[in-house]
Amino acid sequence: MVERPSHLSAEPAGGLRLSRFSSFGTFGTRAALIDRPTHPVAAFFNHPLTLRILSALVLFLAWEWAGRLPISPAFPTFGETMVGLWSMIADFSLIRAFGITLQPLAIGLVISTLIGVAIGVAMGLNDKAEWLASPIFIIAQAAPLAALIPLIVFAYGIGLTAKTLVVCIMAMPVIVLNSFAAVRHTPLSLVEMGRSFLASRRQVILRIILPAASPVIFAGLRLGCAAGFIGAILAELLITPTGIGDLITYHRSIAEYPKMYAAILSIIVFSVLFIEVIERVEVTVFRPEKRARR
Amino acid sequence: MTSRPNAALAAAPRAHAEPVVEVRGVSKTYPGDVWALDNISVDFPRGQLTSLLGPSGCGKTTLLKIIAGLLPATSGDVLVNGRPVSGPGPERAFVFQDFALMPWATVMRNVAFGLELRGVASAERERVARHYIDQVGLGGFEEKYPHELSGGMRQRVGLARALSVKADVLLMDEPFSAVDEQTRRKFQEDLLLLIGREKKTFIFVTHSIEEAVYVSDRIVLLSPRPGRISQVIEPDISREGDPDAIRRHPVYLDTVDAIWRGLKQYLD
Repeated sequence: MVERPSHLSAEPAGGLRLSRFSSFGTFGTRAALIDRPTHPVAAFFNHPLTLRILSALVLFLAWEWAGRLPISPAFPTFGETMVGLWSMIADFSLIRAFGITLQPLAIGLVISTLIGVAIGVAMGLNDKAEWLASPIFIIAQAAPLAALIPLIVFAYGIGLTAKTLVVCIMAMPVIVLNSFAAVRHTPLSLVEMGRSFLASRRQVILRIILPAASPVIFAGLRLGCAAGFIGAILAELLITPTGIGDLITYHRSIAEYPKMYAAILSIIVFSVLFIEVIERVEVTVFRPEKRARR
Repeated sequence: MTSRPNAALAAAPRAHAEPVVEVRGVSKTYPGDVWALDNISVDFPRGQLTSLLGPSGCGKTTLLKIIAGLLPATSGDVLVNGRPVSGPGPERAFVFQDFALMPWATVMRNVAFGLELRGVASAERERVARHYIDQVGLGGFEEKYPHELSGGMRQRVGLARALSVKADVLLMDEPFSAVDEQTRRKFQEDLLLLIGREKKTFIFVTHSIEEAVYVSDRIVLLSPRPGRISQVIEPDISREGDPDAIRRHPVYLDTVDAIWRGLKQYLD
């Protein structure tokens, strides 16, 4: 009566892999493709975690080598950078800087996420909303932001408001446009399925369209957050030096290059970890099928 | 033509139960002047399986979706239990060609989804869903997700979902076209068992002549765009006993042959 599902777990996991980062959602699939027992040593070297650590080690070694050449007197080795990082952690200057940088970043990302997803979903559901809003965000996405910063400073000064605005301008268009595309690309047959089983418009939106759109909306959130980090640092470098931007500017001006690169590295690591957290939230909260054991 | 197919096709119409679904002069023109259906009038008798069969592009899926209330007709009416309908209703349930399962939901939630939308309490809808999951042979797979199932199993989920809302009429849009040949044969046999058990009215869209003759009480043949009814055939085949015997039944073979002769003229 029932076809056995024995080798079916090797099928693609359904849905797109949109993440540029972790692929922990598909380990099961990959593992299922290996049907004979592998040698423990080979298993260790094929383990995704090993490979990722290896990738980071290769990068750090290349950095160390390039610093020792040196390719520029202003380019420190990896080791020197780590010492600089440690000293900035030890004297709390790094923590204080993050405390300052994170303010416009957090406010900007929360605003961009809430308003951006709402506008994008509205555009996806309604043609008039699309015609009204899409030119604004397409232009905003294409515009070179640095050219707008003098205007923002004229209008909003050099404080938190201006920096938050820069974060929003960077993060919101990609969030809006992804949410819009995600809603528009809901499979038609799923919407028809809802209608034929007597779903109200509200039920179709909440129980079919939004769950179906969530992977692409989250892809937009990850890209938007990455852009927001760029915006926060750009604002601190171009408007007034505060937080991490201040550490970078200050240590460059006194030729403390290891500390300058340590500040840059710290914000990159923070950004990557933050985006990883978003992906984990997505999988735990919205995509139960990616967690399913096989 | 030999005399045998004619004998089969001309068999006196069986005494029909009253129609559940009546299609009255339905035409459909899509935007851009694509004329899909032209003045279709046909009845679907209660308790029978009627197939809509025709070459691709003849509008059979369009007709099914108009009956389902998913598409508006340009003109004409669809009556269900004597009342004209303008949208989907609880007396009709749809089985989709591409299954239309929610990938983020388990088999259980997918099957119970129709009841969930109607506000049935969770314990009750799980009880009903579990019954139909067992009926379609998916017992034990309740907590699996669609991507963990084969194509055939996914369509069984779609079928269980349509059964669990207890509609009178099951509308099936090429339900087996996306599964492999062996699974499809098994599916057709299971469908005959199901029809015997469920006493529902089935409207079945297919482009496979063999499939239509194998499962149908009545076959409505449509001509290519714009779709018109070219013939209604009632193959007189007993579906008692061995399901494989049907495929060797002379009326089965002759009917398939006669329909093929009829459709061949539409192909270039």
